Amino acid sequence: MGTWTRACATDDVELEDLLRFDHGGRSFLVIRSPEDEFFCIDGICTHERVHLADGLVMDGIIECPKHNAHFDYKTGEATRAPACINLKSWPVKVENGDVFVEI
Amino acid sequence: MTHHVIIGAGEAGLRAAAALRDAGERHVTLVGGEHMPSYDRPALSKPDGETGLFHRPIAVDLAGLEVVLGRTAKGIDRETKAVILTTGERLAYDRLLLATGARPRRLACDPAGHALMLRTLGDAEAIYGKADAGGSAILVGAGLIGLELAAELTRRGMTVRVLEAGPRALGRGVPAEIADVIVSRHRRSGVTFDFDVRIERVEHKSVVLADGARIEADLVVAAVGIEPEVGLAVSAGLACANGIEVNSRLVTSDPSIFAAGDCAVIDHPRYGRTRFETWRNACDQGAHAAKAMLGEAASFETLPWFWSDHFDLGLQAVGLHDPSRRSARRDLADGGWLRFELDENHVLQAAAGIGPGTSVARDIRLAEKLIERGAFCAPEALADPGLGLKSLLKVAA
Ligand SMILES: Cc1cc2nc3c(=O)[nH]c(=O)nc-3n(C[C@H](O)[C@H](O)[C@H](O)COP(=O)(O)OP(=O)(O)OC[C@H]3O[C@@H](n4cnc5c(N)ncnc54)[C@H](O)[C@@H]3O)c2cc1C
Repeated sequence: MGTWTRACATDDVELEDLLRFDHGGRSFLVIRSPEDEFFCIDGICTHERVHLADGLVMDGIIECPKHNAHFDYKTGEATRAPACINLKSWPVKVENGDVFVEI
Repeated sequence: MTHHVIIGAGEAGLRAAAALRDAGERHVTLVGGEHMPSYDRPALSKPDGETGLFHRPIAVDLAGLEVVLGRTAKGIDRETKAVILTTGERLAYDRLLLATGARPRRLACDPAGHALMLRTLGDAEAIYGKADAGGSAILVGAGLIGLELAAELTRRGMTVRVLEAGPRALGRGVPAEIADVIVSRHRRSGVTFDFDVRIERVEHKSVVLADGARIEADLVVAAVGIEPEVGLAVSAGLACANGIEVNSRLVTSDPSIFAAGDCAVIDHPRYGRTRFETWRNACDQGAHAAKAMLGEAASFETLPWFWSDHFDLGLQAVGLHDPSRRSARRDLADGGWLRFELDENHVLQAAAGIGPGTSVARDIRLAEKLIERGAFCAPEALADPGLGLKSLLKVAA
């Protein structure tokens, strides 16, 4: 079991957008869906180590800003080449306006 | 039982092969002329900043495919539907895809081939093998690959001089204002540029200009564009003109033969006869060709998109640049900016952006979606950084 770590305030992330969050030498993305749910996935693309923080969040997908690989941001699943390895996704909870990730 | 044969194991060929396999096809043969497993070509001019590594194999699952590497197709017998390899082997096909890519254009003034060129892993090894810190390099051609290489050789400690025949860098594909930013960035790191240069001849470790001046350099590299690899198609009697001619569904003048990637000149629904020389196009056309080979009849409508890296700056562009169009500029927070092109009806047609790293990526992708939808965009809205492009997309939907 990991520890619940505060990533950001809910207001720090706009609807259908992301926030980069670095912790313990790792980089993560907190993503807020249009339905106002929060998700957390690894921040670095599994294809060529490009950081995904500049990627487009839309229609349930985060897209790599370099090679257009797609990942389902709710599960981390790689859904379009060139990526074929899934991103790790992390449990998230929201408490009193803060987003916590279990790392 | 349909036999699919694909010639060329680059990005286009690989994507097609994998897509055919994923669609359940059991007889897919991929023939690649290069000896090693397929690798990423863009990485050759963009070695990893930390490790210097430029050999990055393409991660594609080849399970279920018959892969023949290190063998070249020398002929196509269209009567009996077979590909003939240089080894004499014959591969029968029902559907054939030509994904033969391109080769670098040789300088007419360098028949002996003194200048190195960059297309293959071996080319990259030869160039970087001669890239001595403290040495000097001449790069002939201020195109995207030439300038990426100029940045990399500078990073490796060389003094780089770029010689360009035209009046400016990055030719027709990149807006002049953005080319200026890239050239300034290069100059800041010590790269020097000569425009409107006429080269008389290239010799061992020197270039002689038309005015008689001789410039010495430890390394001379020519990056003056590519020529589509059409030899096989021409000798088989397929229609070719600046590439293997295909209709909007990627079918050649022979209904059993298809072409995709750098080698194909497509009748694009939006642009007419066009040949694209970019990585994503090769991927997308490869995947599309697989569908066409399976009889799906859709046109290839994907917009051209590319990226290119210069030191810490990243360029991305979508659509085809036309300097005569009306433009709008949007400045981003980190010093980057975007340039949009609209037609006379304010329909977005193209966009390009330059900024640190991948900072323009998101907006360029949104611009692509706006172009796809034929969205009307007020120039004032495009210029307003406070107004997200996503909101324009929602209005257009
Ligand atoms: C140095 C460099 C940097 C680049 N950077 C970028 C970039 O930043 N962004 C971008 O968008 N694009 C970039 N590109 C362009 C991009 O790499 C190409 O558009 C893409 O690789 C084309 O893929 P392809 O499959 O069509 O052709 P190729 O990758 O050329 O593959 C064709 C393959 O077919 C083989 N072949 C040819 N004839 C035969 C035959 N008769 N029998 C068997 N095999 C044969 C060839 O050996 C080759 O391996 C770059 C290219 C280079 C060279």
